[in-house]
Order: sequence, then C-alpha cells, then structure tokens
Amino acid sequence: MTDKKIRVLVAKPGLDGHDRGAKVVARALRDAGMEVIYTGLRQTPEMIAEAALQEDVDVVGLSILSGAHMALAPRIMELLKANGQTHVKVFIGGIVPDEDIPRLMEIGITGVYGPGASTEDIVKEIRSAIKGK
Amino acid sequence: MSLADSVLTGDRLSLARVLTQVENDTPDGRAALDALFPHTGKAHLIGVTGAPGTGKSSLVNQLALHFRKQNKRVAIVAVDPSSPFTGGAVLGDRVRMKDLSGDAGVFIRSMATRGSLGGLAQATAGVVQVFDAAGYDVIMIETVGAGQSEVDIARLAHTTLVVEAPGLGDDIQAIKAGILEIADILVVNKADRPGVENTEKALKSMLDMAHPTQRVYLHHGTPLVPSGHSPQVQRTWGEMEGGWIPPILKTVATEGKGIAELIEQIEKHAAHLHVSGDWAARERARLESELEAALQETLMSQFRERVSDQQYNEVMRQVFERSLSPGEAVKKLTNGRAK
Repeated sequence: MTDKKIRVLVAKPGLDGHDRGAKVVARALRDAGMEVIYTGLRQTPEMIAEAALQEDVDVVGLSILSGAHMALAPRIMELLKANGQTHVKVFIGGIVPDEDIPRLMEIGITGVYGPGASTEDIVKEIRSAIKGK
Repeated sequence: MSLADSVLTGDRLSLARVLTQVENDTPDGRAALDALFPHTGKAHLIGVTGAPGTGKSSLVNQLALHFRKQNKRVAIVAVDPSSPFTGGAVLGDRVRMKDLSGDAGVFIRSMATRGSLGGLAQATAGVVQVFDAAGYDVIMIETVGAGQSEVDIARLAHTTLVVEAPGLGDDIQAIKAGILEIADILVVNKADRPGVENTEKALKSMLDMAHPTQRVYLHHGTPLVPSGHSPQVQRTWGEMEGGWIPPILKTVATEGKGIAELIEQIEKHAAHLHVSGDWAARERARLESELEAALQETLMSQFRERVSDQQYNEVMRQVFERSLSPGEAVKKLTNGRAK
C-alpha cells in the first residue's frame, strides 16, 4: 500500500532558544517526502531518546547552537543504544568547531552540518545513510 | 517470542516497531494485528478534533496529566497531514506535550495522514488496536486540524471531543453542519480570550437545532429543558431520559483550567455509554465497518487475480466509449455473477 517512509526526529537539545535552522531543515525534509517529528525547544537527552523510541524513527537530527554538543551528543548516543535503537542514524546541525567533528564521528554520529550547509546535501546523505543500513 | 508477544509483555521498543509495521501495512503488521486482536476492546478511546489552532494538542497534554493522576496508562495517537505533493509531513503535536516526557505510563505516537482525507490516517484504527492490546487504559486520538467533514473519528472513538476557540467567529457557521454533530462533548478552549461568550452562545443555539428531541420531552406537561437552559440543566436532563446532550465546557488548556470538569464529563459519558448499551453498539458498528473494509480489499484483490489487465482494460474502453455502462461492465467482468 504505502512504501516505507523515512521518519526523522528533529530535536533541539540543551538550552539555546534558536530553532529557525531546525525548522528550515524540518521543512526541507518534509519537501523531500520524509515524515518529520518536531519536538520543540529545550529537550533533554532523555526526552529525545524517548521520543525517538516511541516514534520508531530512522534518523535523529540534533540542532545544537549552544556549544554543548560534546556533552549532549554522547549522552544521546548512549541512551539510544540503551534503548536498543542502534540502527538510528544521528546527524548534528549547528555551530560545531571542525576539531570536534572527528570525535563526534567516533561516537557514531553520521554527519555534522555547519552554517551554509545545503539542505539538498542533508537530504541526500540521510537517504544514503538509510539505504546503507 | 514474536513481536506481538513482546508487545503484550509491555516491551516499548517492540510496541514502537509493531506500530510502524501496522502503519506501513506490512505482512508482519497484519500478522501482529491478528495476534493482538483478542486482547483488544478494553481501552476507552477518546477522539479529540477541531479546527487548527484551537489547542487540541495542549488539551490532550492536560487530559493525559490528569488521567495519569488516576494511575491510568495513556496512549496518544496524534495525526497531522501529509503533503499532497511530496508525501512528506511535519508532525508537531509533541511540541505541546513536553510535560508527558519521562513518564513510562504515557506513549505518544505521531502519524501522518498519508493521503487519507477523513481526518485520520488509514492505519489509525490499527495503531489504536495495538495500544489497546498493549494494555493502555485510555487512548486519545488527536485528528488533523479539521473543519467540516473530517468525521471519521466519531466512528473510531467512544467519546468524541470537538474543540472550539473564541475568535474563530463566522467559522462557527461553516463548522456546525458537519463536525459539531459528532461531538459527545464540546470544549471551548482558550476561554480566557475575548469573545468566549459568543462562541458558547453559538454552540448552545446549534445544540438546540441539532437535538430537536430536546423540545419533545415533556415533564408533567412542561418542557423539561426550558429555552435558555444552562448546561447543568442539560446534563441532568440527559441522565434522566437516558439520552446524551453534549455538554459545553470551557477550558484554558495552557493553564490547566477546566480540565478536572472535562475529565468528569468524559467519565460520565463513558458511564452513559455503558448504561445505555451504546458502548457495545459503537463497538459493533466500528468492527463491522472494519470487517467490511477488509472484505472489500480481499474480494478486490481476488477479483484482480481472476481478471487479466487486458480483459479489464477492454471493458474499461467500452465504458469510456459509452457502449457499456459501469453496471453492465461489472456483470461482464464477474461473468454475470454480480447483481
């Protein structure tokens, strides 16, 4: 009947209140035919992992502009794993210094996007990450 | 252990996966529904519908908090529209339901309509059945922001809440023909906003029209419900005569105001359904339409197996040329077996 839809959780962990970027990405993913679950601002890692579980998403997109990515991302990866959701691909968008990227990749983040990243690239890379699983 | 068995033991990851299978209508999903079906029929299904922006999600959030205080396990199915162009969707109902995070007694699932037009998705009924089997006591189903004819929810839910808000003004007129008729309980949310009296008045006068029987019932020769009745009188009347007149309740969901009273009415309605036998009648009607839908689908696919595309296209060509009516075409395709 319906083909398998890609389900994406777009979440804003931490305390920064800037969600324009997250909304632009959510909209772009929607236009690419994906189902985007948007959680809103100020989510704890626990809230994000729980939402990812309940919604059985394929992808989690984290928007972090606060600089707290090295604290938040590992915690979220841990919780996803503890919930048995190791198949979920996690992407980060926001302000992430280049030197942090290798460490994020090490803990299993699939992709990191800074200012100026094209939404087309994000869509493409989500699709290929899902296919490869 | 099968996925369905894991759902029955309360495993949340299995539950989430089965919901996906059911939503995608996979063979595994169908098998799970078959296995879970004997365990369904226990939950109170509450539908929440109304125009976009009336505060349905915030209301569901508050109701869930109250049900949790009563130690009931709560599932929420939140439906938002899919884009008709790309098939994509942004499902944003969780934004208003943050208070429920971290509570293992609550499970929220967002669904896109995926082309379905009645305010729900095709698979919503199946998803609700899975939650029912998983032992959730209350299942709230929030429809897409609905206007006039998105009334599928009334077929699925035991209790349907129609949510209004002041300031929608003339929309009341447009709305009342369809969606208000399905309301078991009318909620005027955002009741701290100006214009709330007008909205309430419009709903009351609509109810008078929608329930003309109200005037027929006489008590010792005088109408039991005088014109200009208060909602209280309506309620008393509803209980006395065994009927149900939808009460109108005012809430401010963001502040939690009026929620306890709303819960009380929801519980009264459930009790009314049990006493009057309407609960069973609604269950029966719903299951019958499910059976019919399944039957239609199966018969259609059986028919498609028997008739080649070539035969079908040939008959269709004759219909297009007006040399065969659709009725005659059916007779031909079913070898005269169709009536």
